[in-house]
Amino acid sequence: MSDGFLEIDALSSYYGDFQALFDVSMQVGEGEVVAVIGANGAGKTTLMRSITGLLSNEAAMVRYRGQAIGGLRADQIATLGLSMVPEGRQLFPSLSVEENLIIGGQIGRRGPWGLEAVYRLFPVLKERRSQQSTSLSGGQQQMVAIGRALMANPDLLLFDEISLGLAPIIIKTIYEALPGIIGGGMSAIIVEQDITRAINVSHRVYCLQEGRVSLEGSSKTVSREAISNAYFGV
Amino acid sequence: MDWLNAIIQGILLGGLYALFAAGLSLIFGVMRLVNIAHGDLIVLAAFLGLMITTTLGINPLLALFVAAPQMGLFGYALQRWVLNRTLGDDILPPLLVTFGLSVIIQNGLLEVFSADPQKLNAGSIETASIAVPGGINIGVLPLLMFVTAVAVIAVLQWIFYRSALGRAFRATSDNQDIAQLMGLNKSHIFGLAMALSLVVVAIAGIFLGIRTSFDPAAGPARLIFGFEAVIIGGLGNLWGTLIGGIILGICQNIGAQINPGWQLLAGHIAFLIILAVRPRGLFPRVDG
Ligand SMILES: Nc1ncnc2c1ncn2[C@@H]1O[C@H](COP(=O)(O)OP(=O)(O)OP(=O)(O)O)[C@@H](O)[C@H]1O
Ligand SMILES: [Mg+2]
Repeated sequence: MSDGFLEIDALSSYYGDFQALFDVSMQVGEGEVVAVIGANGAGKTTLMRSITGLLSNEAAMVRYRGQAIGGLRADQIATLGLSMVPEGRQLFPSLSVEENLIIGGQIGRRGPWGLEAVYRLFPVLKERRSQQSTSLSGGQQQMVAIGRALMANPDLLLFDEISLGLAPIIIKTIYEALPGIIGGGMSAIIVEQDITRAINVSHRVYCLQEGRVSLEGSSKTVSREAISNAYFGV
Repeated sequence: MDWLNAIIQGILLGGLYALFAAGLSLIFGVMRLVNIAHGDLIVLAAFLGLMITTTLGINPLLALFVAAPQMGLFGYALQRWVLNRTLGDDILPPLLVTFGLSVIIQNGLLEVFSADPQKLNAGSIETASIAVPGGINIGVLPLLMFVTAVAVIAVLQWIFYRSALGRAFRATSDNQDIAQLMGLNKSHIFGLAMALSLVVVAIAGIFLGIRTSFDPAAGPARLIFGFEAVIIGGLGNLWGTLIGGIILGICQNIGAQINPGWQLLAGHIAFLIILAVRPRGLFPRVDG
């Protein structure tokens, strides 16, 4: 699928002299859910940081709706409708739960998501709205992180590790909420360690290995064997 | 009565010290920048007040309303085009650059205004006082300065904890990367923080100039008083900074009461004692 919604073209990313991504190319279509899998250190977070502008790149390496955004700052990219649930949640400890959500929406993009909609999705957050975000359990913090990203009414949502460090019951809750989030035509890139979940929730899947794309395919048809080859580089 | 008087005057003086400190505290809180030039910026504001009063022929208390926005704009520009470039993982560059700025401001003022002490003349309000029971006179001007200091702290507190701007300050202070993901341009946010800091500096500088004489070399001592008030009160706590300023003012005045030469020494000793007993200050911010 290549409708020019998000196109990543021969992306190389560096931390100083260390090259973390090598010629990564990837497409996400409008309304499409793409899973990114790969072992620890494969470069998944680096890819997310490059797309959202936290790592700067050459402009043409990342195109969004035809616009070269690779050289923009993260705050400029955010206003275009890209939003991220970062790895490890990374809530603002000085802000209450509700303030974390409000600041997620302060870009002022219109859309279905607002405080009430987030509280409908995760009712427990409404009870905790005035608490410091750090006093919440890991699962509740992940809900805040998801709510904070949704508040921006993004067209493309990036999830870096939905289930990392969460109890199975919480992971289940969050995956049950997922269709309600991305069912509305939102595009998504989902980084997930659990390959079965990644394949079930996505249209297409990319596997990264040591900074390179080692597999790309339709989630319906890709074989487990191909995935484990791409994952472990056997 | 002399002692009681010394304490009351010390409290009022503490308000001025809290004004010296508030802008310093704000900048450190938002961007972990220790602004070595803070005291010199206060003195710069006093000279700016002097220029405004002489050219427009208005009372320095009115000149404040001209000086404050000018200092705010200057702060924004300074942050965006100079100081932001120095911020990073290394804490040394901003220290060196603000130290350099301190030297530049002192020498620039010396060049333009000479080393002669100057004073801002606020007119009859300077000598007006209110007699309170017990034979103590409270100067209207020190009282006005104290009330202003309390109001400034209250407004800063409100901005920091109740407004969208304060939310952006706190978020950026917590995690600059994630704040950028929320659409906040940190260069701009830091610029706004410095603008706010220098508006408070303008108030502090003009009050300083009305209260005492000042010269181009008067900045570093103001920086020290500001630092001491911030540290005594506890980093990151604005009301604590006010109390820190008051404690400093009281100790200085009590010291002066014992022996006029001991005024500054008494303040520094109080600071050192508090630092030794409570290294994080009296009211450190409790991180959740
Ligand atoms: N800030 C950094 N500075 C230097 N190297 C880094 C930095 N962050 C990541 N790396 C390196 O870049 C490579 C890719 O890391 P990245 O975090 O993108 O992997 P990942 O696929 O997200 O891993 P994980 O599954 O552990 O989250 C790794 O070799 C890592 O050590
Ligand atoms: Mg990662």
